[in-house]
Amino acid sequence: MSQMSKIVRTQSNIIFPFITIFGLYVIAHGHLTPGGGFQGGAVVASGCIMLLVAYSSKWVLEKININRLSVFECFGALGFIGTAFFGLIFGGWFFNNFLVRNGILFNVVPEFGSTLSDFNTAGVLPLMNFAVGIKVIAGLFVIVLVMGLASSAKEWKQ
Amino acid sequence: MSLRTTVAVIMFSVLVVFFISTALMLSFGDPMKTEMDDYIIMHTQNETGTNSGVTTIVFDYRGFDTLGEATILFSAVSGVIMIFRKVKK
Repeated sequence: MSQMSKIVRTQSNIIFPFITIFGLYVIAHGHLTPGGGFQGGAVVASGCIMLLVAYSSKWVLEKININRLSVFECFGALGFIGTAFFGLIFGGWFFNNFLVRNGILFNVVPEFGSTLSDFNTAGVLPLMNFAVGIKVIAGLFVIVLVMGLASSAKEWKQ
Repeated sequence: MSLRTTVAVIMFSVLVVFFISTALMLSFGDPMKTEMDDYIIMHTQNETGTNSGVTTIVFDYRGFDTLGEATILFSAVSGVIMIFRKVKK
C-alpha cells in the first residue's frame, strides 16, 4: 500500500480524534448505554485502520511496534480472565461480581425501575469492558496491519 | 458398507430426527413462555447494580460465552500472525 493523496491524509487526520473519542466513550459507558468493549474497540480499531489506509503500512510500522500491539492484546485477555479469577478468590465462584456492594469502586446499586444512569455502578463490568476493549483494539488492528504488510511485501518483491 | 459409512448414516439420521422432532414440537410464531427474561428484567438491577441489562447478560450471567469470544479473537490474531510471518529461505 502506498500513501494516498494529501486531501485524504488531511481528512483522516481531522476525523481520527473524534472516532477515537467516540470509541473510548462507548467502551467506558458500556454498563450504561448500548455498546460495550467489543463495539467500542471495533470503532477505535477502524479509526486506526483508516490511518493505515490513508498513510501506508510502512509509515505505521515506523510509528509503532507490532510486538507492543501483541502485548496489549495479551494484556487485555489476561485482564479479562484475571478479573474472573479475582471473583473466584474474593467472591467464591468464577465470574463473581465481587465489587458490586462492598468494593471501593463501582459499588452503587441503582433503585429498581428506570433510574438516572450513575457511572459508579455495576461492579466488575467496567473493568471487563475496558480489558475487552483493549483486546479488540489491538487484535483487529494487528490483523489488518499484518495483512497490509504482507501485501506490500509482495509488491516490493515484484 | 464400511464402518465409516454406517456411522455417518446413523449420525445423519439421528440429526435429522432431532431437528424434525424439535420443529414439530414447537408451534410456529408462538415462542414458548420462558421465565429467564422475566427473571433478568426483575433482578438485574438488584443483583448486579447495572442499568444496562444486555451488558449484564454478556459479561456477568453469560461470562463464559464472552470468554469463548475473547479466546476466538485471540486465536484469530495468532493464526493471522502465524500465516503472514516472514519465511526465511
